[in-house]
Amino acid sequence: MKCEELLKALNDYIDGDIDPAICEGFEEHLAGCNPCQIVIDNIRQTIRLYRDGQPYDLPAEFHQRLRSMLRQRWQEKFGGPGGERRVES
Amino acid sequence: MTRIDDPDAELVRRAKKGDFSAFEELVARHERRLYNIAVGIVRHAQDAQEVVQTTFLSVLEHLDRFREDASFGTWISRIATNHALKVLRQRRSRPTVPLETQSNGDSAPLPHPDYIARWRDNPERLAQDRETRRLLAEALEELDEKYRLVFVLRDIEQLSTRETAEVLGITEANVKVRLLRARLMLRERLTRALGDEATRVSPGHDHA
Repeated sequence: MKCEELLKALNDYIDGDIDPAICEGFEEHLAGCNPCQIVIDNIRQTIRLYRDGQPYDLPAEFHQRLRSMLRQRWQEKFGGPGGERRVES
Repeated sequence: MTRIDDPDAELVRRAKKGDFSAFEELVARHERRLYNIAVGIVRHAQDAQEVVQTTFLSVLEHLDRFREDASFGTWISRIATNHALKVLRQRRSRPTVPLETQSNGDSAPLPHPDYIARWRDNPERLAQDRETRRLLAEALEELDEKYRLVFVLRDIEQLSTRETAEVLGITEANVKVRLLRARLMLRERLTRALGDEATRVSPGHDHA
């Protein structure tokens, strides 16, 4: 396997979705190819960072507005001063 | 089927019985994550806020219908994704916004890794860093929509290839190639900022 082929099969390898025969060639290549190892690591780190990083902060003002809007709707729908929902048993 | 491993199960049970504080706690747990999914799709803060608001209103209305055959978090992510995609489609129906070009470039040569270096820190620690989070936002916003959507749905929201294809109305082959491009482009951008120069290696290697 060459670096170019590895690049094409890279997603399947990262997602654990790879044909075992191709996987063998892939790992053989990786063992002897430092740049490809780093690229694979970088991509895994990229994915993890996006999952954990949550780059966008929720605006504080929106956070409050959402709360009071949901509380109001809950009360309209289920009644009760504290928004307690009446459950029929 | 009930998922016993859903960390939200107890709160969901209480909310279904009418406990508003349990519902509020569910909102607190998930609002930021949903907002991030929404911004990733619509790329606009105001629209993303509307998506989050509509999602939680919809959850409030339909909590009874949540059958727990997926986790609560997955269920509400799907609702948010559908709302966000609806916003995108509405934008497209306006004449000023061009439709995605039909020659979609998916068959063009892959972008090759150029800056190759180990990162100077691990993702868990980097995720706490404000500068890094800004970098993540910028890099994602620079991606073309077709790559951005696939990356958000597949890698952030963790939909399957098939689900992503269905939601976006494209083929699974398109999903795969777009995801590969998105990952390669983001890797390049992030590694240039987060890479440790001392570990940098040349991409110009050539062996069998």
